[in-house]
Amino acid sequence: MIRIIISNLIRFAALVFIQVFLLKNIGYYNLATPFLYILFILLLPFETPNGLVFILSFFLGLSIDAFYDTPGVNAAACSVLALVRIIFINLTVQRQGLETEPEPKLGIMGFRWFFFYSAILTLFHHLTMFLLETFSFSDIRYTLIRTALSSLFTVSLILLSEFIFFRKKER
Amino acid sequence: MRNLWIFISKYNAFFFFIIFFITSLVLFIRNNSFQRASVINSSNEVIARAYETVNEVKRYIHLSVENDSLAAENARLRNQAKAAFYNDSLQQNSVSDSINKQQYTYIVAEVVNNSIHHKDNTITINRGKRHGIVKGMGVICPSGIVGIVLNVSNNYSTIQSLLHSDTRISASIKESSAFGSLMWGEESYDPTVAVLKDIPNHIVVKKGQHVVTTGYSTRFPKGLPIGRVRRAGIKGGDSFLNIEVQLSTDFSTLQYVYVIKNILGQEQEQLEAIEPAK
Repeated sequence: MIRIIISNLIRFAALVFIQVFLLKNIGYYNLATPFLYILFILLLPFETPNGLVFILSFFLGLSIDAFYDTPGVNAAACSVLALVRIIFINLTVQRQGLETEPEPKLGIMGFRWFFFYSAILTLFHHLTMFLLETFSFSDIRYTLIRTALSSLFTVSLILLSEFIFFRKKER
Repeated sequence: MRNLWIFISKYNAFFFFIIFFITSLVLFIRNNSFQRASVINSSNEVIARAYETVNEVKRYIHLSVENDSLAAENARLRNQAKAAFYNDSLQQNSVSDSINKQQYTYIVAEVVNNSIHHKDNTITINRGKRHGIVKGMGVICPSGIVGIVLNVSNNYSTIQSLLHSDTRISASIKESSAFGSLMWGEESYDPTVAVLKDIPNHIVVKKGQHVVTTGYSTRFPKGLPIGRVRRAGIKGGDSFLNIEVQLSTDFSTLQYVYVIKNILGQEQEQLEAIEPAK
């Protein structure tokens, strides 16, 4: 239990650091900007209570907002992300069989499941965030292109980092 | 009431979502109009400090580039400094005396290039042909002798340092007047030690005795200090002493030297060059 909490804390700090000091400077003409930090919410253990998921997401979003000077945008997007995460897990994962598999990781859940999981969650997060950022539907095409390209970027980064820290569970 | 509780806890995710989403939206909308007054932006102290730390690290990473540009600027400034200009005024000390006719005059020169770590070391000074320096003149410094002028250009000359394997200087031991020739670089390349050769082995040489110039050559006046005897001994099968001399000149810190101009030197050399009559 303690181990899970500590590893999540470290992941939180590391992802915020990478997002704010590294990925903030990376981007393709404002069209594709990666938001790797949502990996933290993606990797929270299955047993995390819903309230905790929301609180953690909210604070993660707020801390990113603090560095990005965009109060509320990332926090709102993270709230959406948390809701989608809970719904997605409810729909696709049987709770009973998961006592031994606590975390939604690539090595545990398999590539197919993890790919759809990260892709759908990322899309919702990015869509909310970019819509809020422009705060109008007048330029919806540009916003959608941004969402699609950025999601592509973020998902590739998430998959890449999962492959780097890939540990196949012995069954 | 109980039913409402059950309903809320059953769909708790949705209600949490409503709460947090509304909170973020409120934050977002409120801060869009008063963005700068907000607490959560980069004027916040903690975040400013985090940025500052990262900036310091970045600055450290860029140090080498900084260094290069500073070095380039230094070089540019040095070009404008006084030391970059050639000082053309010449100091030449001579005494007019009607009883003792002047034989040697001294030309002050500054060392502009020096080496002590090679087998054949040379020194460059900033005086040349224009100042009356001729090939073969002796060069001394306040503490001892330095070498012999090797090549002369208009404004510069090179000196074949004492620390050169071809340099031979006529030297004697002050206490016994025995003379030999001083050379360097035969066995060791220590810039503080030279070897005095050709002193017959019946002469008693003690450690600490002074080694001076003889005045037999036209290059150096008699009695200039060269160094002190460090060790004297006989090399196997040789009938001459092998004397190690601790040089009094510190070649590594040489800055100003005097070039010796022997007014009567040419006359002596001409006389000595005449073939003996048969």
